[in-house]
Amino acid sequence: MSEHQQRRGDGKFGRYGGQYVPEALMPAIEELTDAYERYVLENGDGFMDEFRRRLRDFGGRPTPLGRADQLSERYGIEVYLKREDLLHGGAHKLNNALGQCLLAKYMGKERIVAETGAGQHGTATAMAAAHLDMPCEIYMGRRDINRQRPNVFRMRINGAEVNPVDVGRGTLKEAINETMRDWATTVETTHYVIGSIVGPHPFPSMVRDFHRPMSAETKRQSREQFGRLPDAVVACAGGGSNTMGIFSEFTDSRDGDDEDVTDVDLYAVEAGGSTLDVDEERGVAPNSASLSTGSEGVLHGARTKVLQDTDGQIMESHSVSSGLDYAGVGPELAHLVDEGRVDAVNVDDDAALEAFHRLSQAEGIIPALETAHALAFLEEHENPAELGEYVVVNVSGRGDKDLEAAMEETAGRNLANAPEMDVFEGEGLQ
Amino acid sequence: MNGDPTPSTLLPDGGESRIPDAFDGEPAFVPYLAAGDPSYAGADCIELGLPFSEPIAEGPTIQQAVVRAMEGGMTVERYFEFVSELDVDVPLVCMTYYNLIYRYGDAAGPEPFVERAAREGIDGFVVPDLPVEEAGPLRAACDEHGRDLVSIVAPTTADERLRRLVDRSSGYLYIQARLGVTGARTSVSGRTAESLARVAETGTDLPRAVGFGISSFEQARDVIAAGADGVIVGSALVDVVAEGHEEDRPVEETAARLEDLGRELTEGALAGAETGASQAD
Repeated sequence: MSEHQQRRGDGKFGRYGGQYVPEALMPAIEELTDAYERYVLENGDGFMDEFRRRLRDFGGRPTPLGRADQLSERYGIEVYLKREDLLHGGAHKLNNALGQCLLAKYMGKERIVAETGAGQHGTATAMAAAHLDMPCEIYMGRRDINRQRPNVFRMRINGAEVNPVDVGRGTLKEAINETMRDWATTVETTHYVIGSIVGPHPFPSMVRDFHRPMSAETKRQSREQFGRLPDAVVACAGGGSNTMGIFSEFTDSRDGDDEDVTDVDLYAVEAGGSTLDVDEERGVAPNSASLSTGSEGVLHGARTKVLQDTDGQIMESHSVSSGLDYAGVGPELAHLVDEGRVDAVNVDDDAALEAFHRLSQAEGIIPALETAHALAFLEEHENPAELGEYVVVNVSGRGDKDLEAAMEETAGRNLANAPEMDVFEGEGLQ
Repeated sequence: MNGDPTPSTLLPDGGESRIPDAFDGEPAFVPYLAAGDPSYAGADCIELGLPFSEPIAEGPTIQQAVVRAMEGGMTVERYFEFVSELDVDVPLVCMTYYNLIYRYGDAAGPEPFVERAAREGIDGFVVPDLPVEEAGPLRAACDEHGRDLVSIVAPTTADERLRRLVDRSSGYLYIQARLGVTGARTSVSGRTAESLARVAETGTDLPRAVGFGISSFEQARDVIAAGADGVIVGSALVDVVAEGHEEDRPVEETAARLEDLGRELTEGALAGAETGASQAD
């Protein structure tokens, strides 16, 4: 990949994207757009060289691509896992957090703010900010704080302030609102490290570009290991950063590719939650499947697919995985689904939990509950052979942060493959 | 409210926006209220909030007002019913976020919302998450229906943006008194005077109304003395409404308290106009 080959966007992806933000933020958005073009797209002052060096030396890139022997046997296809769980911090999130914190430094900003849902982006941002010696504040919904305590500890230990958000249901949506409010106050000195390919231009393009190494490595490693590109790439999608990250080299043909990358099928697996039905009366969608069931709207700075009622009020979403629990999705991903380049599919909470236990037992990898959705897609598929011979699944994160939530959710369900936790008999699970 | 002439009968066929008249003469007092709150005496123009679930530009006061309104069952349809029944003969400005405008009606885009709003007696719009870059379709719908689209001028709006923004605004300019979100403050930021001076340099004829944090006699006086044509007061009034709910006060009492605060602010504005005039002499 070379930066000059990337198209300079106007921030529109078909009918999606744009810059729907308060006037007070527009000057900062313009400044950021200039910095994105100068440093990221044109490698100004060697920015991208430094970014890649730090991704390698601090982050541990490249991450491995490895064959999942047991899953390959189970599904009768060659299943390969892209191991973003092995990136520093335990999730793909560091790519973007490190990129944006470094960019903020190049721009002369003095302070970092970020929102977090599952805490993975907050953790990655806290690590990157500490690494680059910048003060950092993280906004996190109260409910998510309670669901993801280990990540809260990690952020605090890395020196970040963690500000609980009590408004609304206390999840990612509210955390983003509150971070935008902070930024609207402190915009002259502060950079907002948005955690996914959402928000106003240039964020969706910029975040995708920082995650592009996942895709470039997958291409190279596939050729090294099985001599060609995979038939399909599968990734879970909430906001969609790991999705667009690993899809980005496959979305359109580029110079220098001797194989047609558009032959690779792309599957974005959304959280089907408990059901795809919507409770319009209560304004609740018990899922986070905005690509599958949402409609066009304007949320958090971009026109995209959102979960909303007939008036356009944004609904409360749900997923067993807090990292997918969001009522919107990145505008580029919405566009690629409309275009038919990406297939949007979904699996429910139960299937995700089962997949969580399956990968843990079969391959010795405890996946994040987000990632478990991508793996559940293989299990739920009627005939995995239809996906092709070689299938790459993006293991976007590890599940250490989810142990408490996963065991709690497992206890309330009748899952065939869940381990008995009776070793705690007499002690109680608590 | 006696249910007498509705704005739509005052404005056959939607008529023209009445906003320019509101800023003729003495400094204008522009209260912001959430639809459903007691209506307001002494106002020259009213900003009527249509609550959106993600109020990113609002501080805690308005956020809570939004939660109250939504829990009370506020919908876009009820908002329009409220507007059409509102018995005031001052211009009404709908303040809301773009998604509600964009989603209304069968066709995607802002036109159906603007058409309905014009029919119910809304004169103009303030949309905090719609910068001039994205405002084209709403601007066109407003032009078609003779409505105004008010632009917000932020302390960070640099001169080149300011000129573009002034060119594409109508009704009035909403001068954001300081960075941040809405919410009552005790003093006026020095950047307000700076913004007012920069707007004056553009040579625009548009009235300048200052909002964000205005809550007292002194603040109203100071912003008018600095050259503003009006003050927009939101959170300070909504605080009174919220207090009324918390303390279970009768609606009349809350209305009377609102009127007192309104009088204080109007008097402040008048005092500021005198200072401004004597300085100009």
